[in-house]
Amino acid sequence: MGRTGGRAPGIGVILSMELKQQAVAGTAESSDIMVTIDPVGGDAVEISLDSSVEKAFGDRIREVIAETLKNLGVTGVKVTAVDKGALDCTVQARTIAAVYRAAGTAGEFDWKEIDAWNA
Amino acid sequence: MFMPGANPAMLRDAGLYGADSLMFDLEDAVSITEKDTARALVHFALKTFDYGDTETIVRINDLNTVGKLDIDAVVRAGVDVVRLPKTETAQDVIDADEVITEVEKACGREVGSTGIFAAIESAEGVLNALSIATASPRVRGIALGAEDYVTNLKTQRAYGDNMQLYFAREMILHAARTAGVAAVDTVYSDVDNMDGFRAEVEHIKTLGFDGKSVINPRQIPVVNDVYAPTEKEIQKAKEIVWAAREAEEKGLGVISVRGKMVDKPVIARAERTIMLAKVSGLIGEEDL
Repeated sequence: MGRTGGRAPGIGVILSMELKQQAVAGTAESSDIMVTIDPVGGDAVEISLDSSVEKAFGDRIREVIAETLKNLGVTGVKVTAVDKGALDCTVQARTIAAVYRAAGTAGEFDWKEIDAWNA
Repeated sequence: MFMPGANPAMLRDAGLYGADSLMFDLEDAVSITEKDTARALVHFALKTFDYGDTETIVRINDLNTVGKLDIDAVVRAGVDVVRLPKTETAQDVIDADEVITEVEKACGREVGSTGIFAAIESAEGVLNALSIATASPRVRGIALGAEDYVTNLKTQRAYGDNMQLYFAREMILHAARTAGVAAVDTVYSDVDNMDGFRAEVEHIKTLGFDGKSVINPRQIPVVNDVYAPTEKEIQKAKEIVWAAREAEEKGLGVISVRGKMVDKPVIARAERTIMLAKVSGLIGEEDL
């Protein structure tokens, strides 16, 4: 599954997703965000954002991406995001989908864990 | 109203158009390469947006492909109904029921609280309509999916020809009525032909369908308009319901309204007219 760590499910687990390849999720359509995930190794997380709503929501979008990566236990990653006014839930959905693709587990989402972050 | 599960703007705005049910599609409207991302979008949309009293439905992919992952995503997110594509036999419903039950148990949702809507889209499905409709207590309705059905019959849609789908529509209606579930008619794909669309809605209403699937918000007011009873129909229905109420209080059996005998089926039709008038916003409780 590409997950290399984590406690037993259901007790506030922090997943650890092992990134294997570059992956993209999302589109350049209005209200969407295209998130590209590049595994770069190490512990750093670098987020580069180009947003049509940068002035009002740029910091918030970076925060949602960073929080989602943290919840997924992803480090050593460069994220390039092109935003066209996506809501938080879309930013989360696209980031998670891109990470799962990069981990080689596209679509096999662990909803129990993911929903626990937002509970 | 059908809408693709892969489009964030449509998922956000879905509740604005006055549809009775919203059907987010993970199947044919989503390309094979975007099944995973659409699944995530729909999960978050169901968890995030307040669609009010509007019923939420998700059309999943075949259980033999990624349908189980779809069920896991949408049942956990609280979807009202799972729509099964290309239902051919009762076993298709039973198989989906088992997967839904498993997910409901795993996420703590009340077992049985997720409904099933079975789309019938082939000759085999039409011939098995009754066993499909009665395969599980979860089944809330059955629907004709005409595009795949006519392809299976080795023909194509002939808009305006009321006979072409007559057999399938009647089979589905009879099965739905026998099972006590909803019967919903197929989509009308020629979105620019509003006159043709209205004529088809009038036709399927006359046959007895509970509603019609739409693929464009422009089609919604037409369906609501055709299904909304006229003032005359509402007045007549009110008189029947009032007379029936009075007869019940007095312990009378058969009654007469405007010189015509009113018995149980007439009262049932009048009650349905009142229900449609209420949901169309034409009358309120105070009018009764």
